[in-house]
Amino acid sequence: MLMGIFSLLAASLYVLLDAVDVALTEAAVGAGVSIILMLGALVLTTSEEKVHDAKHNLLALVVVLITGGALIYGTMDMPNFADPQAPAHQHVAPRYVQDSVDEIGIPNMVTSVLASYRGLDTLGEVLVIFSAGVAVLLLLGAGTYRRRPRPPRKRLK
Amino acid sequence: MSPHIVLRVGAKVLIPVILLFALYIQFHGEYSPGGGFQAGIIFAAAIVLYTLIFGLDAVQRAVPPVAVHLLSAVGALLYIGVGVWAMFAGGNFLEYKVLAADPHTGETAGIILIELGVGITVAAVVISLFYSFAGRTREQEN
Repeated sequence: MLMGIFSLLAASLYVLLDAVDVALTEAAVGAGVSIILMLGALVLTTSEEKVHDAKHNLLALVVVLITGGALIYGTMDMPNFADPQAPAHQHVAPRYVQDSVDEIGIPNMVTSVLASYRGLDTLGEVLVIFSAGVAVLLLLGAGTYRRRPRPPRKRLK
Repeated sequence: MSPHIVLRVGAKVLIPVILLFALYIQFHGEYSPGGGFQAGIIFAAAIVLYTLIFGLDAVQRAVPPVAVHLLSAVGALLYIGVGVWAMFAGGNFLEYKVLAADPHTGETAGIILIELGVGITVAAVVISLFYSFAGRTREQEN
């Protein structure tokens, strides 16, 4: 439930930042489908953790600390929030903003960047989603191909 | 008869609207926020809602798992197909402006087609994920 509230708040924040496309995705994925999938996963597991022998893995702790430290160090170079001089706003963004309507001919800039200028990236994303689906099918099984005798169902009226 | 009459009637009213909204998001994506990803997720959410209310058997009669698994590949293939079509039409991979005589028409046609591919794949993958989880749950119960 906290996840759902968080996603809904995040979606509202994106609307405030004028990123309506992202907000739509966040509301549908974060607040909708992923909660259902999480609940489905919770149903599949047991309610208690398995007891491991209490040896702590020091190497894992060190790896996690170093990785986390490196990631935090990486954020030091990030430009300030909403900085107009940030590299992301200097390189190709002005061209997209000014020319995309003339070049592509559709008014929604996000769509033309996503589908046309960055079409190959989006193809990659689609393939990632597809392979994620295949991976889940391999791990969990389709669960539905087997024909087994079902108990007689009551008609839904 | 199931006792959740409010839920069932409410869902029956909502689901067609959600499906229609998904199609609007899909095909109006060039003019308003949205596109294939969002439309696919919203479409899948309608199916998930139907499953939550009416059960897995009912939904799998309407949307069979085999079809869902096939569609998840069909969407990606449609995307790649548009790219290859552009190559045959004399452009680069995914260069839509060669698809029609007018570059703007070509771009728009290409974008609509690949967004459709994205939408099909996203919807099918999310539905098949949900089927996997829900199907496992039912197997455990049996």
